[in-house]
Amino acid sequence: MTKATPRFDLPSTDTETQPFWDGLKEGKFLLRHCDACGRDHYYPRPFCPDCWSDRVSWKEASGRAKIYTYSVVHVNDLPPFNERVPYVAAIVELEEGPRVMTNIEALPFDELRADLPVVVDYKPISDDVTIPVFRPAS
Amino acid sequence: MDENDIIERRACISGVGQSAIGRRLFRDPLELTLDGCLAAIEHAGLTTDDIDGISTYPGPMGTPAGFSGAGAYDVMDALRLQCGWYASGLETSGQLGSVVNACLAVASGLATHVLCFRSVYEGSAQGEKGGRAAVMPGGGGGGGGGFKASGFMQWNLPFSAPSAAIWIAMFAQRHFYEYGTTREQLAWIALNARRNAELNPNAIYRDPMSMDDYMAARMISSPFCLYDCDIPCDGATAVIVSRRDAAKDLRNPPLRVEAVGVRIDGRPSWDQFDDLSTMANRGAGKQLWERTEYKPADVQMAQLYDGFSWITMSWLEALGLCGIGESGPFIEGGERIKRDGVLPVNTHGGQLSAGRLHGYGFLHEGATQMWGQGGDRQIPTPPEVGIVAAGGGNTCGALLLVRE
Repeated sequence: MTKATPRFDLPSTDTETQPFWDGLKEGKFLLRHCDACGRDHYYPRPFCPDCWSDRVSWKEASGRAKIYTYSVVHVNDLPPFNERVPYVAAIVELEEGPRVMTNIEALPFDELRADLPVVVDYKPISDDVTIPVFRPAS
Repeated sequence: MDENDIIERRACISGVGQSAIGRRLFRDPLELTLDGCLAAIEHAGLTTDDIDGISTYPGPMGTPAGFSGAGAYDVMDALRLQCGWYASGLETSGQLGSVVNACLAVASGLATHVLCFRSVYEGSAQGEKGGRAAVMPGGGGGGGGGFKASGFMQWNLPFSAPSAAIWIAMFAQRHFYEYGTTREQLAWIALNARRNAELNPNAIYRDPMSMDDYMAARMISSPFCLYDCDIPCDGATAVIVSRRDAAKDLRNPPLRVEAVGVRIDGRPSWDQFDDLSTMANRGAGKQLWERTEYKPADVQMAQLYDGFSWITMSWLEALGLCGIGESGPFIEGGERIKRDGVLPVNTHGGQLSAGRLHGYGFLHEGATQMWGQGGDRQIPTPPEVGIVAAGGGNTCGALLLVRE
């Protein structure tokens, strides 16, 4: 897919979130970690949403998670989602705690269930953007 | 809480009105809006000279297409209203947050009769081809090669999760998982809506629908099939919120705003909310009952938002009209929630069958039923105590109404 094609799936990036997207291209899922209170958060912010400290750093997540909830999407008219249907949109709960909107891949639809253990994988959706998706932990 | 602190009780609903409603009317959105507004003013027994406040949801918005037919200034100017108070906005407790704002305005003395309206033309805006508006407000829009998702949408769109259909489906799926809820139960929201719509001449889809029809419909976003999703349409709904002491001699008995619920506890987020088996309505429901001596068992009618069918189930639980996790068994078979059941629900057909008038349709219907003006679909004994709720996800609000 070329950049000229209308598409609605690309995120804006800025100096605060660029390391997250850069990490994904290198096969790392980076969480924001607060060096003051020790908690991890998502979406990544330049401050800790629990104690508002700005002493936040990046920490590589384990990549282990479990499915919290999901939906098999059969209809969506917008590009490029219309070319992806049917697909699984899901929210997974990372081992570290935060929940993440993602996609579940490599799992038959009828085997989807909440609490299923999954692991992260990395999927390029454009030249510049790679997203974290999750597969069953085997 | 001191009775005098519950100032929404100084407000009442005094009139309601609607424009023509249709799947696609291809009418000027402002003209449609004014039709609804003038109908409500007339229904209350007022004139435009009496209206001194205006409130609307969401105010002017270009995207999604057809989401907002007119803003407050548009209507103020077109009707030459002189207002002591006016407001519009998207960031409030659901579509009915704009009505709650109006209650507070009349209670505070800033206005006496507030015209509240919600106007949509999503049907026409989608053109002859149709198709759902697939990106939520806040997601940007417009398309083109330069589109980049910003705000919270940048953490949803890359994962092909752009719309409320998908997000609410995930809420429903979690509810299915935690409580064993089934599609056969969920179906009753849609089936109940349709059998009520058969009696509503203004509803959009009025042909009978069976469980077999429901189960055979194509899936949209599991567990939702086509009939779990409301219908984009054109139409404007208006209600008049009056100060109660100024409404005693108007055309309709005042419907006192006994209590409102607008609280949100937890993160104001669709995907980052802590418990997706419920929604922001859990806070709104608790707050509402903290503000009144009435109890859920006193409620004789519930008009509950159904942008997607499961949202109605969620409201039943959040408002204490059934137990937490028990909405599936509560609605199963459709006996309790039918028009002449113990708790009639969505007696006009809801947004599932009567069109996405976006929250205000439920208040219009609730008032109509409480005044005994429901025609063929009238609840046999017009309710004295009714509850109206709208919104889903992080944007939820409810009103408890009592006929005087």
